[in-house]
Amino acid sequence: MAQETRNAYGEKLAQLIQENENIVVLDADLTKSTKTAEAKKVCPERHFNAGIAEANMMGMAAGLAASGKTVFTSSFAIFATGRAYEIIRNSIAYPNLNVKVCATHAGLSVGEDGASHQSIEDVALMRVVPNMKVFVPCDQFEAKAVIDHVSKIDGPCYVRLGRGKVEDVYNEDSVFDFDKIDVLRKGNKVVLFAMGLMVQEALKAAEELDATVVNVSTIKPLDEEGILELLRTHEKAYALEEHSIIGGLFSAISEAKAKTDIATPLYPIGVNDVFGESGKMKDVLKKYGLTAEHIIEVVKG
Amino acid sequence: MDINVLKKHAQNVRRNIIEMVYAAQSGHPGGSLGSADILTYLYFEEMNITDTNKASTDRDRFVLSKGHCSPGLYGILKEAGLIDDDIHTFRQLGSRLQGHPNMNYIEAIDMSTGSLGQGVSTAVGMAIANKLDKNENRVYALCGDGESEEGIVWEALMAACHYGLDNLCIIFDQNGLQIDGNVQDVIGPLPLKEKAEAFGAYTVECDGNDFDSLAAAFKKARENKGKPTVIIAHTVKGKGVSYMENNYAWHGAAPKEDDYKTAMEDLKEVN
Repeated sequence: MAQETRNAYGEKLAQLIQENENIVVLDADLTKSTKTAEAKKVCPERHFNAGIAEANMMGMAAGLAASGKTVFTSSFAIFATGRAYEIIRNSIAYPNLNVKVCATHAGLSVGEDGASHQSIEDVALMRVVPNMKVFVPCDQFEAKAVIDHVSKIDGPCYVRLGRGKVEDVYNEDSVFDFDKIDVLRKGNKVVLFAMGLMVQEALKAAEELDATVVNVSTIKPLDEEGILELLRTHEKAYALEEHSIIGGLFSAISEAKAKTDIATPLYPIGVNDVFGESGKMKDVLKKYGLTAEHIIEVVKG
Repeated sequence: MDINVLKKHAQNVRRNIIEMVYAAQSGHPGGSLGSADILTYLYFEEMNITDTNKASTDRDRFVLSKGHCSPGLYGILKEAGLIDDDIHTFRQLGSRLQGHPNMNYIEAIDMSTGSLGQGVSTAVGMAIANKLDKNENRVYALCGDGESEEGIVWEALMAACHYGLDNLCIIFDQNGLQIDGNVQDVIGPLPLKEKAEAFGAYTVECDGNDFDSLAAAFKKARENKGKPTVIIAHTVKGKGVSYMENNYAWHGAAPKEDDYKTAMEDLKEVN
């Protein structure tokens, strides 16, 4: 099956808002796209539209959280983390308030809307903020589990969700431990650390490469111990991300590695400090090297 | 309401402000002095905050959106017995009295502020929370006229009007000055009343340095239903310290020893 992680978010949020009277949802005129409309359908009294005003949406979220609410706030990743960045930083993260920024349409997979809407910096922006936890689920099942997980954390969280359909990696019965990385396949010599929809690409590439594949969905706090152990036991490592190679997964792993004497080389496969462009999701991902074929090519050298 | 008692409290708040900014050789005396009467009225007459309920959210809430006027906020909290910090630690390493307010250090502080405009936005969130909880307590936000140049203030007011937040009272402290000079020379945020009304708010103008005028304005705000109230409080920046009054140079400057002495003479304790 293939599903959009934003759909999984909408479905899970609609469930949580009915179970937990403390949850309030905010959106900025994108309820049908971010899928918070699902929560609105079942609980309109606790869903508020801020209009096209992401900065104020984040401030309102902070105020609601300061009054004891668990707040889910959604927009496209580019606006949630870009336009409203400093409000998230100063009014949500600094006071350590219970706000979940669940941003959809992250990465180049937004497709047709083009570079203005393709957030390739959001993980970097959120990761650098103190108190903020950062999650990037790779499929619908993990997305639902992440949403459930963050709803139980008392503090600010960022969840990166996608617009396009992605193949299932997990299933209904999967059990998640977001404190740890998840080794999906054990291989030899090469380890592929992947984030978001690059997990599926890594799994496809791994057959030919006999590589170890790791889903890193908790970007912060990073399971450094788990990552370092895999770096020690492999000859080459790659960080795969639908995000700029600056500040995202590659950076996070590099930072952990740089504090040790581990010599295993680590290379990035991601967006190489360039803006994206319009096109079908599949075509854009291919052009920017975010495919299994490109991974194989790079690893084989 | 005993005007003489309020005047005495306000004078003590002003003395606290000068003590803090002088001790730290840093901070923002001008706007703090100008808003001292508004703060005194809020904490001694208007809001139901007490030493026993200060840690709770089930009381009236106050957001100092113009967070740089923290000497005013700490000054009133000290005067009202809601903090017992040594105010001379203001802006010093390890002090709870941060340069800009931190809600996690001090129970009586309802929001961490400092980045202008955001406090008004957070106050809207608090007012929505009270509506959801059918909580009758009110939410107050103090915003500078210069601060109103931040777009988020108007985004927040749009939302407050849309959601009919009559439990929200935004006070514009209109002293006409900001760091770089007269607000109208810098960029021209005025008039605030007409702008706020165009957004759909109920507006009241008052003299922000006069307790009778403040009392009348806050009474009207309480009686207003169905929309948020915006009080435009006309104040004198630097009020009470002769050489600071209406002088934007004292927006964010600390007095030296001679200036400190003059200020404390100007602000003689009221008996």
